[in-house]
Amino acid sequence: MKNKIGKQTLQFSSMPRIIGAHALVGEKEGKGPMAKWFDTILEEDTYGEKTWEKSESKMLKQSLLLALQQSGLDKDKIDIILSGDLINQIMSSSYMARDLAIPFLGVYGACSTMTESMTLGSIMIDGGYATNILVGASSHYCTAERQFRLPLEHGNHRPPSAQWTATASGGMVLSANDKGDKAVKHGKEVKELYISHATIGKIIDTGIKDANQMGAAMAPAAVDTIIRHLSDTGRSPDFYDIILTGDLGHIGKDIAIDLLSGAGLQVSNNYDDCGVLLFDKKQDTHSGGSGCGCSACIFSGYIYKEMRLGKIKNALLISTGALLSTISSQQGESIPGIAHAVAVTTEGVS
Amino acid sequence: MSKKQQKQQPQQAQQQQSKKPNKEVTKQYEQYVKQFTPKPKYFSNSLKAFVVGGCICAAALYIQNLLMDKGLSEKTAGAYVTVILVCTAQLLTGFGVFDTIGKFAGAGVFVPITGFANSMVAPAMEYKKEGPVLGVGAKLFSLAGAVLVCGITVSAIIGMIYYFIK
Amino acid sequence: MDYFYAFLIGGIMCVIGQILIDTTKLTAPRVLVIFVVAGAILTAFGWYEPIVKLAKNGATVPLPGFGYALAKGAMDGAKDGFMAAISGGLKNTAAGLTAAIGFGYIVALIFTPKSKR
Repeated sequence: MKNKIGKQTLQFSSMPRIIGAHALVGEKEGKGPMAKWFDTILEEDTYGEKTWEKSESKMLKQSLLLALQQSGLDKDKIDIILSGDLINQIMSSSYMARDLAIPFLGVYGACSTMTESMTLGSIMIDGGYATNILVGASSHYCTAERQFRLPLEHGNHRPPSAQWTATASGGMVLSANDKGDKAVKHGKEVKELYISHATIGKIIDTGIKDANQMGAAMAPAAVDTIIRHLSDTGRSPDFYDIILTGDLGHIGKDIAIDLLSGAGLQVSNNYDDCGVLLFDKKQDTHSGGSGCGCSACIFSGYIYKEMRLGKIKNALLISTGALLSTISSQQGESIPGIAHAVAVTTEGVS
Repeated sequence: MSKKQQKQQPQQAQQQQSKKPNKEVTKQYEQYVKQFTPKPKYFSNSLKAFVVGGCICAAALYIQNLLMDKGLSEKTAGAYVTVILVCTAQLLTGFGVFDTIGKFAGAGVFVPITGFANSMVAPAMEYKKEGPVLGVGAKLFSLAGAVLVCGITVSAIIGMIYYFIK
Repeated sequence: MDYFYAFLIGGIMCVIGQILIDTTKLTAPRVLVIFVVAGAILTAFGWYEPIVKLAKNGATVPLPGFGYALAKGAMDGAKDGFMAAISGGLKNTAAGLTAAIGFGYIVALIFTPKSKR
C-alpha cells in the first residue's frame, strides 16, 4: 500500500491544498483571547433564528459559504460537502446541506468531526474522486447543553472540571493540488497550505463515566494518536511548530502533557489545546471550551491565517472526540474517546 | 462507580500508557485524573449556600408572620408562603436571572423549594418550540417528575404503614 | 430568636446539599429526590417534627420540608381511613404543587431561554 505508512497513518502523495477557510464564533467566544483570528463574530447567539438548532445550522452554512467565497471558487465547482455537528442525527449539517444543494456526506465524530472530515476529504481528493470539497463542523452552546446536560436556565453549579461547549463553526475548502498558480491575497504572495498526512485514531476508553470529565476521558486517545502519528511518520515532536489538540481543556491538556512526557516526548513548548486557547480564564468556563466548533474555529481561524502568513510551517491538528450519547451516559456507560490527527504544511512538493 | 465490565478493546498499542479499560485500570486512571482536577471551593461554596439559603428561609418566616398577623391560620399562611416562593423562583427563571443566582449561591437556592420550581420551568422553557403539549407540557416534569414520583410514592407508603399500624 | 433558627437550620440544610453536590458525582435532580425522600422518611419516624417546631420555615422551605408535608399529610390521613392515608400527602401539598405546575406552565409559555454570557 503506497498511501499508508506505519499502522494508522495515511500519506497523501498529491498533497491536497486548503484554499479557503472561515471561522465563525458566538458572542462569548468573540470576547475571548482568540477574537482577532475569527472572521465572523456574532453579535447575538440566536443569529436571528427562532430556535437554537436553526441558529447552529445557519452558522455552519455561513462559515462554509464564506470559506467558499474566500477560495474564489464557484458553488458548482464543489463536488462534495463533508460536515457534522453534535445535535441529534447531525441535524444542523443536514439542514445546512438541504439549503446548499451540493452532494453531502454527513460525518459524526463528536468533537473530532473537523479532522475527521478533513481526513475523508483529503482521501477523496487524493484518490481522484473529487476536485474541490467543502469540510466543516459546528457546535452551539445552547443546543448541546440541553441535549447532553441540563437546561440553560437551570440554576445548577458547574463543577471545576466542566467544559463550555463553544458556539462556533469552521469551514474549509480542500482542493486538488494542481500546482503552478501561486496563491495571492491582497496583491501579496501568501503561503499555500497542504495536507500531507492524516492519522486515524482508535477508540480509547479509560472507563471515565462523568460527562463533566470530558478532557480526562479524551486525553489518552489524543496521546495515543500523537504517538502513533510520530512513530508512523518517523518524525519527532520538534518537527511541528505547533501540535494542537481539539478540546481537552485545561485538565485534559495537563494530562496529555504528562502522558506524553511519560512516553518520553517533551512537547510543552509547541503543544497547546484549542479549548484552552478559546476562552480566557476570567470567562468562567472552568476547564475551557469543547465541542466540534472549538477545534474547527481555531484551525480555520488562527492556524489557517498564521500558516498563510508563513509564521507556522508545520502543524499537527488533533481533534478529540468523546463518543458518548445521551442514552449511554444515562445507562452508566463509560465515555469512549477518539482522536484523529491531520498534518498540515506550507512546504509542499513542487 | 466500578460496577460494569468495560468495552472491548482491540489489541494494545505498544506504548506504555495505553489502557485496557478494566476496573482496576479505570480506578487507577480516575485517581491519576484527580491530581489534575482542581478541587471545588468547598468552603466558599458552602458559606454562600448557607447565607443565601438561610436568608430565603428567614424571609419566608417573615412573610409567614406577616400573613398570620393578618388573621390567616398557620396552615393557610404556610401554603401562601410556598406559593409565593415558587412563583417568584419561576418568574426569575423566566427572566433568566435564576441561573445567575444559582451560579453564585449553588445549593442555597437549589435546596429550598425555589430549586424545585426552577427545575420545572427550566426544561419546559427550553422545549417551547416543540409545542405547548409535548414540549412545554411534558418537559415541565422532565426533572421535577422524579421528585414528585418518589416523594408521592414514599408518602403513600408511609400513609399505608401508619394506617395498618394504628 | 425564631428568625435565627430559621436562618440557621435552613442554612445548614443548604450546606448539606452543597457538600453533596461538590463531593459526590450526584446530579442536581438526584440531590432533590434524596432530600424529599429523606424528609418524608425522617417525618415518618417522628424526627423531623421537632426540627419544624424549632426552625419553622427554616425546616419547611427547604426540600426536606416538601417531604415532611407529604408524609405528614399521609400520616394525618391515616387516622381517617385507608383512602385518606393514600391521598393525604398530595392533599397537604396541593396548593404549592398546583401553583408550581400552573404558574410554571404559563411562565414557560411566555419566556424563552437566553444564551449564557
